[in-house]
Amino acid sequence: MEILGLLTDGVLVSLMPINIILILIGVTLGLFIGAMPGLGSVNGVAILLPITFLVPPGSAIIFLAAIYYGAMYGGAISSITLGIPGASTAVATTFDGRPLALSGRASLALVTAAIASFIGGTVSNVLFTIFAPLLATVALAFGPPEIFALMLLAFATFVGLGGDDIPKTILSICLGLVFAAVGFDEISGAPRLVFFDITGFLHGINFLVLAIGVYGIGEMIWTIESTRGEITTTEARMSLKGIITDSKEGMRRGWKGTAIGSFLGFFVGILPAAGATPGSLMSYGVAKLMAKNPKEFGKGHPGGVAAPEAANNSASTGAMLPMLTLGIPGSPTTAILLGGMVIWGLTPGPRLFTDQPEFVWGLIGSFYISNIFALIVNLAFIPLFIWMLRMPFTVLAPLIFVLSVVGGYAATQDMHDVWLMLGFGFGAFFLRKLDYPLAPAVLAIVLGPIAEPTLRQSLLLSSGDATIFFTRPIAGPITIIAIILILLPLFKLIAGKMRRAGTTQA
Amino acid sequence: MTLTKRMFVQMAGAAALAGAFAAPAAAFEPTKPVDFVIMAGAGGGADQIARFLQSVAEKKDLTSRPLVPNNKGGGSGAEALIALKGTSDPDHTILVTLNSFFTTPLRQENLGIDIQTFTPVAMMGVDPFVLWVHKDSGITTFEDWLAKVKEGGYIMGGTGKGQEDSLVITFLEQNYDLDIKYIPYKGGGAVAKDLAGQQIMASVNNPAEAKGFYASGDVVPLVAFSDERLAAFPDVPTVKELGKDFSYYNQRAVVGAPGMSDEAAAYYQELFKTIYDTQEWQDYMTSESLSPLWMGPDEQKAYWNTQVERHKELLAAMGE
Repeated sequence: MEILGLLTDGVLVSLMPINIILILIGVTLGLFIGAMPGLGSVNGVAILLPITFLVPPGSAIIFLAAIYYGAMYGGAISSITLGIPGASTAVATTFDGRPLALSGRASLALVTAAIASFIGGTVSNVLFTIFAPLLATVALAFGPPEIFALMLLAFATFVGLGGDDIPKTILSICLGLVFAAVGFDEISGAPRLVFFDITGFLHGINFLVLAIGVYGIGEMIWTIESTRGEITTTEARMSLKGIITDSKEGMRRGWKGTAIGSFLGFFVGILPAAGATPGSLMSYGVAKLMAKNPKEFGKGHPGGVAAPEAANNSASTGAMLPMLTLGIPGSPTTAILLGGMVIWGLTPGPRLFTDQPEFVWGLIGSFYISNIFALIVNLAFIPLFIWMLRMPFTVLAPLIFVLSVVGGYAATQDMHDVWLMLGFGFGAFFLRKLDYPLAPAVLAIVLGPIAEPTLRQSLLLSSGDATIFFTRPIAGPITIIAIILILLPLFKLIAGKMRRAGTTQA
Repeated sequence: MTLTKRMFVQMAGAAALAGAFAAPAAAFEPTKPVDFVIMAGAGGGADQIARFLQSVAEKKDLTSRPLVPNNKGGGSGAEALIALKGTSDPDHTILVTLNSFFTTPLRQENLGIDIQTFTPVAMMGVDPFVLWVHKDSGITTFEDWLAKVKEGGYIMGGTGKGQEDSLVITFLEQNYDLDIKYIPYKGGGAVAKDLAGQQIMASVNNPAEAKGFYASGDVVPLVAFSDERLAAFPDVPTVKELGKDFSYYNQRAVVGAPGMSDEAAAYYQELFKTIYDTQEWQDYMTSESLSPLWMGPDEQKAYWNTQVERHKELLAAMGE
């Protein structure tokens, strides 16, 4: 009951005229920042941080949180319409969003993304409101072995899926892990895999460079080849009635993905090492695993759009939790918000909830309001994005190319990465010709930098004894589930062979 | 209405300040945004300081073009040092440093970095180290702690191997004949979190990194590696009081790229002197337990020399 009162106060704070205006500007800016490839919520928040000195701290963080929120919605837009991930958090949205758009169902994908985002945001806000202090202790219980076990589980969801060619999936994961290892080793500080001594490799391979290469450039080449120079347009219509039928269909086929994304995304988001990008990729994997017919995923299933979109919004609220309660950022964007709070004279940490209740509850209240505004603004802009899609591919292709190059450059501001991205684009095209799944490589380059140090820290803790992953109360069950998932296809194969052997004998 | 009024007053004040500042300044003014490189990742101590400095410059409108923070934390700061060495525009490139400014070039000679070619700008202060344990360990004094570590199997966490935290822990091991298992982490924030979660048994975080968990009572400070007791922890003895002549600080300094023109160097030196003297920065140093240590450019170069020699010894003691 006390929480409800505090929350009401918080909502009233965010309904003050100045805050409402800031939220509206914030979510709209965020929507476009998120939709621009290469610009994500991190850049948006960092660029706009100085502006916030003109308003009181409470309003400042509400503004930045609104940008963060808007960007989570916006990332889906270019993922779906152009096939280029608008932000790192929306990479998984391209897996099914792009095929839907290509088959003329872009509005279904966009509407599903918006609604799933809204539900994900709302679920996480409620979880945050009720369990914030309790969940902080959960985050603390996750040491290196637990985080590694969770990463293993994420890989397992991608390997253990029926349908895809398992050896090719594993090869794709290994390729991603090798790319993830390029650059400086975090633990010893020694440079690794710096090919031909090119200094550009020293800062590692930014995963957006790989993702934009694979999905932007690779997809563009693929389309050019498959249309053989014919001028094509994607069929895309839009009407109010269409939005309503689309949202019905999106929810009917995507509710499971939305539910998985909302809860899993929140949980992964509160772990300081992870953040929204691993959260959305894992949710996609789990949603595919739990689907009635996993083979439909990747070919344009609304559930494959709903899961990552619900997850990235949910995770973005989740990532605020360790920042506010422990003073530790759960994602790169919250790291910058944390810096902002220090500048405004607030000390994030275990005492913030008791020392600054007005600030904390004002912020939580603004999550609810931002979420509603972001949904409305997003839905209002959908016709514009659909109209963009109706341009002929001869106009769209150069646009995709330019946005991809800009996105590849923006991440590190190094031309080296642009060449690398083009290389990945061509590589991806040929791998796709040979039927290699590329999503696992993207997953590996995101999770590799989390999995590797935690594996090494765990083994240092246990003096090289690998049983540490089985004997700890939280890590143990997660590791066992992961191993079962990895071995599942093998069991199926053996079981199938035995059954066949049995029938021939009889 | 009140907002616009306040904004106007603020802007007018800022403009007046900027005018007062610009008048005696040297001929150089940045003509494009300044690349404000940070040799650590987002969210850590160095990053927070850089963003604070930027915010003061922004709030008081001290620069004609903005300082744009740019995290290059890869390879214990090697990425940042290489970027500064190779920059095409040294007059618009400055770096926020920590002690990896000294250790990384020593540990990775193949990078070909000579820090004496860099341009000194400002020493903003130094950050002390403190030994922390979890409250559930029941340890309240350094003597208890030594006894506990001697029982064996003791695990501590810190930043990457060969970096500041590991140097302090090596000092403890060698001077008190201890055997500690060291777990390297990405940054001080992650170390603080895993101490609060009891994944590790102790840490040597900077006060700013452990502040939140200290305020909530989760972690307990045992000893400070500073020359004098810290104002924020008046009851915590220094290692000097306990009989070992040792102190260790992390530098929080700004340097310019090699090859920066004298005019540009003078501009940034004046800029950061102005920031150093602001009430905001003075308050920040107090609240984050930084020790003031202002130095001019020549003093800084001399300081770099003594620090390089000191770190050579520390690294040699570590067997690096």
